[in-house]
Amino acid sequence: MSATEVQMIVRGIGETLYMTILSTLLGYVIGLPWGIGLTVTGKDGIHPNSVVFRILDVAANIMRSIPFLIMLIIVLPITKAIAGKTYGPTAMIVPLVISAAPLIARMVESSLNEIDHGVIEAAQSMGASNAQIVWRVMLGEAKVSLISGATITIGTILGYSAMAGVLGGGGLGDIAIRYGYYRWQPNILFITVILLILLVQLFQLIGTLIGEKLDKRKK
Amino acid sequence: MHYAYHKASGKRETMAIIEVKGLSRTFETKDSRVEALKGIDLSVEEGDVYGIIGMSGAGKSTLVRCLNYLEKPTTGTVIVEGHELGKLTGKDLRKLRSDIGMIFQNFNLLMQATVIGNVCFPLTIHGMPKAKARNKAMQLLETVGLADKALSYPSQLSGGQCQRVAIARALASDPKILLCDEATSALDPQTTQQILDLLRKINKETGITIIIITHSMNVVREICHNVAIVEKGEIVERGLVEDIFTHPKSKAARRLVIEGKDPDQWEDETDSSAEVPELIEDRRIRIVFSENSSYEPVIANMVLHFGKPVNILKADTKDVGGTARGEMILGLSDDKNTSDAQIAYLKEHGLAVDELGKAGE
Repeated sequence: MSATEVQMIVRGIGETLYMTILSTLLGYVIGLPWGIGLTVTGKDGIHPNSVVFRILDVAANIMRSIPFLIMLIIVLPITKAIAGKTYGPTAMIVPLVISAAPLIARMVESSLNEIDHGVIEAAQSMGASNAQIVWRVMLGEAKVSLISGATITIGTILGYSAMAGVLGGGGLGDIAIRYGYYRWQPNILFITVILLILLVQLFQLIGTLIGEKLDKRKK
Repeated sequence: MHYAYHKASGKRETMAIIEVKGLSRTFETKDSRVEALKGIDLSVEEGDVYGIIGMSGAGKSTLVRCLNYLEKPTTGTVIVEGHELGKLTGKDLRKLRSDIGMIFQNFNLLMQATVIGNVCFPLTIHGMPKAKARNKAMQLLETVGLADKALSYPSQLSGGQCQRVAIARALASDPKILLCDEATSALDPQTTQQILDLLRKINKETGITIIIITHSMNVVREICHNVAIVEKGEIVERGLVEDIFTHPKSKAARRLVIEGKDPDQWEDETDSSAEVPELIEDRRIRIVFSENSSYEPVIANMVLHFGKPVNILKADTKDVGGTARGEMILGLSDDKNTSDAQIAYLKEHGLAVDELGKAGE
């Protein structure tokens, strides 16, 4: 493998991490409030509101049912409008965030719904406001589950980012498609696959360690 | 003893801190309508320890949740400390709730927060600075005997210790009322005793009004001063624990007191068999001992006096609100003259006698 190829792969790792981490963070900026909204306005939530819930619920379902590759194409005009171009890692963050947000919303919703209702009731009995219940009770009690959801999410987004290679998205997926598929260089294909596996392992490991450190339930 | 609240609250002993009028709560689902509470009137005086007993599904948990509006009544009013809860804004209601502590069967502690973090929670949500809240929380943990566990997590504690933390947390905002929703139902008898002792101590020392929801007559006998018996969403009997224990009137009260059955054991009984079963041959009476007579061997003396045997069907001595009480159920001879004389003899010796039934009439 030539020095340029090594350089290219190193840059690919950087681009993949850049897309994955930034998309996950921005995905949470949208997905976390979305998921909180689903939990809070749900039938058994602390502020039931069937209209708001229905809107958030249907939107999540529709967006979740569009495969990432199709979403990538559908949102091209939005990508162009926000990033100024439709290729490269920065541009890819737009469709990645749009696809990640509803996934994150569902992850957050399911984590928050796991919380024992009695704890929320206790907080209400002490005169806590709904905002305090969300921030101090729900997010605090669900943090381990939220971390585990984030770990799953980041793995999924890493996979999406590799798919973005089809449209010249940059990163390891792009390299795998161009060199591994179009030029049939099995060694490069092999290396990118190994690197993607290692990255997923790494994220999983970090997620598990943080989760274990934070969990005070079993000791 | 348990009348200590009269001292604590001084002149205001007759003031009702909680006043419930015509309270109903109906739960409606698509295909059913459940009346959990029907026209409840309830008045609790400041400093009292008030028991609400009933079997599961009787509506007592709904009732206690109406007292801090965790559950909104369908009709009726709840007045706490002079405020009608239904008329308060969300903000004022939350403020009033800090005057009403609550503890639960499953403790409901924050599992991801330390013991002291749990006790600080009600303080910091109402804006107390962290350092001040921690000081206060440490004092409360001293009170409940868990100061050394301040930095532990609830998962490292036993059930009884968790309930102590929950009590400390409920007391943090210096509430005037403490609601206990089946607070000892998940605990073993010994731990239950410790928690009840703690509640009694807090009631005596601070004059806090305690409402105890339970399905256990032992809990009521142990700590409550007044009691209301709830059955099928209605209060069927209420009064001083002592009075209900000595002269139960309603069917539910008689089952609780005479048969010693906790409400959860009622379910498998049909209404007709719920009455105290009558003895076939004998006349049956229930006698209650008071302090002055229980030292004297009245029954033995009576047997010697009349030269006729009696059948002791049940004998039990219990602690009623701190006073030692004993009760017995006797089967008397079917000779009416003798049994009348025996009853008269017992009454002469200061015992309350209740006729439970006669055979063959």
